[in-house]
Amino acid sequence: MFDVNKLRADFPILSREVRGVPLVYLDSGATSQKPTQVLDAERHFYETSNAAVHRGAHALAEEATDAYEAARQTIASFVGAKIEEIVFTKNATEGINLVAYAFSNATDKARQGIEVDRRFVVGPGDSIVVTEMEHHANLIPWQELCAKTGATLKWFGLTEEGRLDIQPGVIDSTTKFVSVVHQSNLLGTINPVKEIMDMAHAVGALGMVDLCQSVPHMPVNVHELGADFASWSGHKMLGPTGIGILWGKSDLLNAMPPFLSGGSMIEMVHMDHSTYAPAPQRFEAGVPMAAQAIGLARACDYLSELGMDNVFLHEQELTAYALEELAKIPGVRVIGPTDMRDRGSAVSFVVDGIHPHDVGHLMDAKGVAVRVGHHCCWPTCRRFDVPATTRITTYIYNDKSDIDQAVAGIKSAQEFFGSGIAVSA
Amino acid sequence: MSEDLYQEIILDHYKNPRGKKVEIDSLAQSYQVNPTCGDEVTVEVGQNPDGTLLVSYDGQGCSISQASASVMSELINGKTPAEAAPIQKAFMELMKSKGQLEPDEEVLEDAIAFAGVSKYPARIKCALISWMALADAQIKAQLTAATTQRNG
Ligand SMILES: Cc1ncc(COP(=O)(O)O)c(C=O)c1O
Repeated sequence: MFDVNKLRADFPILSREVRGVPLVYLDSGATSQKPTQVLDAERHFYETSNAAVHRGAHALAEEATDAYEAARQTIASFVGAKIEEIVFTKNATEGINLVAYAFSNATDKARQGIEVDRRFVVGPGDSIVVTEMEHHANLIPWQELCAKTGATLKWFGLTEEGRLDIQPGVIDSTTKFVSVVHQSNLLGTINPVKEIMDMAHAVGALGMVDLCQSVPHMPVNVHELGADFASWSGHKMLGPTGIGILWGKSDLLNAMPPFLSGGSMIEMVHMDHSTYAPAPQRFEAGVPMAAQAIGLARACDYLSELGMDNVFLHEQELTAYALEELAKIPGVRVIGPTDMRDRGSAVSFVVDGIHPHDVGHLMDAKGVAVRVGHHCCWPTCRRFDVPATTRITTYIYNDKSDIDQAVAGIKSAQEFFGSGIAVSA
Repeated sequence: MSEDLYQEIILDHYKNPRGKKVEIDSLAQSYQVNPTCGDEVTVEVGQNPDGTLLVSYDGQGCSISQASASVMSELINGKTPAEAAPIQKAFMELMKSKGQLEPDEEVLEDAIAFAGVSKYPARIKCALISWMALADAQIKAQLTAATTQRNG
């Protein structure tokens, strides 16, 4: 196991004060902090090898291209992928949109009589399946696809406990695509994605998993998920903002129409038509984010040095402790699983009589940074009949004392508003 | 620390909201939502025979958004659109002030309690949402100072 106190020294931001008190950062589910190793890797690239990658034949251009492709290899290895299966995107949201647009672009082209891979053509009578715990990033692109094509959106509902209610018949012979979050950013639930992807494949559909909250926090091998596509963001796993990953099976990526088009993604260009490079280049139009890719690769190395098994165990211990401590506070209710079975580190809760915004504000006054709101899971909040929640998310640099600070913050909010205050509805 | 945000007046209006869900003969209503946190408010406006405004609201959200709606309804109810306009303008200015403005109690009465909110960018929208709904409902009902002046 790693030494939290020692590694905290790699994160200068963690030693700053906010509002006159030491910062307690419990919002890594939104974005993680970055170690100096990652920042140094980016700076080193800019200082020594910066050039536009995949362009030009000068020495710097070669070095930059090598560094960029080496980063792709490191990231691929981190999740057990092949290098050609890794597409760099801006973030998870873009990766999901890229796949949704493959469907709508293929469908548009099919309507024009252009030959496309039929697996990406959807229309009235077809269905797309998601779940009621999706982040808006894995919901709205599919709503849009349905609106554009006439396909129907269906979803798995949730149990009271905050787990997927996997009913038969949601995925059926009409299903063309299934997209599911691996670990919920609001509930913390870890979903049986392999089982769901197998259900999708059994009816001839393709499937995707949103790995935003799993790749940073537990060992993930993309080939063991049973999925065809996966997407996640670099900034939640110690990496820079502005870079995400779309993983896809090569035969599918190469059968998809492009998403963004322009430079770098072509094979041959004429005035009236063009052909496209194979994946991943096909999906990386324009000068890419080389420094961010290099930073993210360094983040993968940092995590590998700690060991993702250790990262997972560390957070399991912290989450168990947080659940235990929250259970002791009267008037606090956790939204999501309250036991550690198939559960990750996002812990959402509501406090009787105090709006989550006010809870978060009073925690912030004690230096405790938590997220409040619907966490881009508005339908999930609605399912549990709460307007919003307050959410604690941990990472490698948190320890039990941070949870204690959060608990103290919640108690101070209760004291401030007076417990049991009557708020007329 | 939190004291500059959560003034006694705000907590009082939060715990004992005034003018909430009052039945009025409304001419128009406006529903506003804060998409970052899910606060919702609906403001209805009508007009008394003497031309003054009738205001009612309903909603759910944090203490700041709920208290602000309560203060707003108390301040605006029974005022003519021409009397309401400077209050509305003063409140908007206060919210944009980043804590740099000394609010005029003559004009804003209880609403001066929100001066501290303007220092917290994440909470300004909470305080403003009901006032935005009011302005929108007034436009729909043609009960703004401008339309009244033109008509009169
Ligand atoms: C589960 C999940 N999916 C998708 C996203 C979207 O990630 P990004 O905003 O980096 O594209 C997030 C980030 O909050 C998330 O937690």
